[in-house]
Amino acid sequence: MDSLDWAFPSSALEAKDLSLHYGPFEALKKVNLKVKAQEVTALIGPSGCGKSTFLRTLNRMNDLIPGCHLEGQVRIGGVDIYAKAMDVSLLRKRVGMVFQKPNPFPMSIYDNIAFAPRTFGIRKKEELDAIVIASLRQASIFEEVKDRLRESALALSGGQQQRLCIARALAASPQILLLDEPTSALDPISTAKIEDLLATLKSAVTIVIVTHNLQQAARIADTTAFFLLGEIVESGTTEDMFRRPTDKRTENYITGRFG
Amino acid sequence: MPTSSLRYRTFREKAMKGLFFLSAAFSLLALGAIIAYLFASGIPFIAKVGFFSFFFSTTWAPLATIPQYGVFAMVLTTLYVTALSVAIGASIGLLAAICLFRFVPSRFVTPLRWLIDLLAGIPSVIYGLFGLIVIVPFIRDYVSTNGMGYGILAASLVLSIMILPTMVSVSYDALKAVSPLYYEGALALGASREEATFKIVLPAAKSGIFAGLVLSSGRALGETMAVIMVIGGSPQLPVSLTESVRTLTANIAMGASELTSDALSALVATGVVLFVFALILNLSFSFLRGKESGHV
Amino acid sequence: MSDLRAFRRSRNFFASLKIASMVALGVSLVALVSIVLFVLIRGTGNLTFQLLFGKYGASPSIWPAFLGTLELIVIAVGVAAPIGIASAIFLSEYAERDFWLIRCIRLATETLAGIPSIVYGLFGYLVFVVACGWGYSLLGGGLTLAIMILPLIVRSTEESLLSVPMAIREGSYALGAGKVRTIFAVVLPSASEGILTSLILAMGRVVSESAVLIMTVGMVVNIVPVSPLSAGTSLALDIYYFASFGYPEEASATAVVLLLFVLSLNLLAFLLARLFERKKGLHGQS
Repeated sequence: MDSLDWAFPSSALEAKDLSLHYGPFEALKKVNLKVKAQEVTALIGPSGCGKSTFLRTLNRMNDLIPGCHLEGQVRIGGVDIYAKAMDVSLLRKRVGMVFQKPNPFPMSIYDNIAFAPRTFGIRKKEELDAIVIASLRQASIFEEVKDRLRESALALSGGQQQRLCIARALAASPQILLLDEPTSALDPISTAKIEDLLATLKSAVTIVIVTHNLQQAARIADTTAFFLLGEIVESGTTEDMFRRPTDKRTENYITGRFG
Repeated sequence: MPTSSLRYRTFREKAMKGLFFLSAAFSLLALGAIIAYLFASGIPFIAKVGFFSFFFSTTWAPLATIPQYGVFAMVLTTLYVTALSVAIGASIGLLAAICLFRFVPSRFVTPLRWLIDLLAGIPSVIYGLFGLIVIVPFIRDYVSTNGMGYGILAASLVLSIMILPTMVSVSYDALKAVSPLYYEGALALGASREEATFKIVLPAAKSGIFAGLVLSSGRALGETMAVIMVIGGSPQLPVSLTESVRTLTANIAMGASELTSDALSALVATGVVLFVFALILNLSFSFLRGKESGHV
Repeated sequence: MSDLRAFRRSRNFFASLKIASMVALGVSLVALVSIVLFVLIRGTGNLTFQLLFGKYGASPSIWPAFLGTLELIVIAVGVAAPIGIASAIFLSEYAERDFWLIRCIRLATETLAGIPSIVYGLFGYLVFVVACGWGYSLLGGGLTLAIMILPLIVRSTEESLLSVPMAIREGSYALGAGKVRTIFAVVLPSASEGILTSLILAMGRVVSESAVLIMTVGMVVNIVPVSPLSAGTSLALDIYYFASFGYPEEASATAVVLLLFVLSLNLLAFLLARLFERKKGLHGQS
């Protein structure tokens, strides 16, 4: 980790035999998943089945929870992210996260986006300006906010705030973007905007998205993985999963028998 | 029978309501009485002595042959003591609160808070005693350049310890009230735990913390006993940290044995000044607290 | 690469702030605890029977102060509690929120809470010592203290009353009870534990207070008070007297007594609060 330009050799991610315990409770049971670079991978499944927990292992946000114990490996581009040599801050620079409830900081739009670059040492105004504008463009929100960059981010609508959070994560130049049910709190129009956004982003950033919304997965995901009770029951191309699921449980979930 | 008991009941309801109302109005009455007595004695006196002479003269000698009543030295001392004690106590208290909030393992937090709250109940005379027996000699022997231990430094040190529990408590509550989503969001962007806490959570808590500052200032401003035991008591202009001086509160307490009617009015006038200062601080605190809960 | 240096510098800077905060916590705890330790160490050795219970003659005794303190508690809480509780009942059960008079009353309560204690002392002097003609007296001191602790009692009683769920009142009305009966038979008993706790804390304030007393009771350390109209002293005031007139050992010893008194009151209030919370949990109320 000698340089802030350090990046994973590729943004292909692999979880091998990943098990996670919260104290005595086993939240993830030997999860195996390969996430291909420059694709959208969706994690679907009923509530409480480990999707979000799994997502949070990918940027080590579970480190924050006491009593959390993890076995197995997560490798990005071949690099073990739980190795001792891994700098967690740099990991989170390269693996960004957007939360279910938009959480812009109580600051100006500009300062929200500039937060990550500033954390990583960029101080010059011209550089920051360029990054802020580029990130807002990448998140398809620049035109809407370009005249009010100094105003509070809290004044934006819910959908705008979520796109702002995406822009904020993009400002750190991530290789992978993790999204935890990013549209579940939003109206259909904002949802559609964000789905379009993700479809264009994937060529630049590998996307892993947790979603409750099967139609959303069908619309935007290249690969889908079905989580049930802490394990991956089945995963594959979205078309295969939805048209020809091999496991009965997958079929029941997709056809709405439970969930 | 039923009609009269109904009438009795209605009478009882009305009477009790009236009684309750009178009790509630008693606060208004009490405040009114306090303001009336103080201002009735104090304001005419200030007018008699002359506004500028009272506030800006530096000579306080109520028992001299030609009495003089200038509180400037005391106002200055009060401001210095309040400012210094808040500067020391509030910054240490705020940092301590941040530590409790973020860097202390959770099983220690409640017992530590409980300990600090318990210590908040120590009576102010005991702080004064500690100041007199420990802090004053320490300053005199190791810090002072003029051989005195009393003065602004001693009083500020004592008061800063006194306001620590308030500051820690209020700041901790303000930090706790900040949505944890902000902290998580900052971490997910690559900030370290310390960066996320100081750069995002702390600024988000600033109105609650500021309210705590104002509350602590009010305590420091209004404190009497702890101060009179360590500050010296001479009504002279403060020019150094270690010389005998007095605050407005000390002025009132120390003059309590001077009983000429003019001297008494002078004390009341001092009380009026103090009352107004405290009122300003108190109203700002209420205003700030109202603003903050408006956000929540 | 200067980015990397700035990044590292920023992280190190904030990491050092973390250390500063830990130092601050340590300093705070040490400062506060050392005050208690100081008092205990200097004072316990000087706790003699004469000091505690003897007659004040050649050597000092805090017995007059004991009695004075108890009288002050009885007068102050005895006067402030009924008025304060009745006030709170009015504010929580009868008052319309936005009526201008109610707002004034609340403002008055807030303002009273913020007045420095020496100003109360001055007021007490002007009213009870001079205007009423009583001279220095425990009654004057007690009444002044009553006004001083009134806002505390009103505030916490009101909180306790407001936390009694509406459903309980409605149940009482549905059975035909009137408002007054509902208040006394149902609401007050529900809130009684919170009210009790706040009274104990108010007692703690009375015991700790000295600035008010220095101007109203006269600091007569050596005579046992015979009536409320006698001048007298309190434990806190005695500490000031001993410290200022050259009896540091007695001051420390009295401080031990006062500290134990106040800390036990606070401890009692805390334990009661915990007890009541657990009881409430059992009954499913919150």
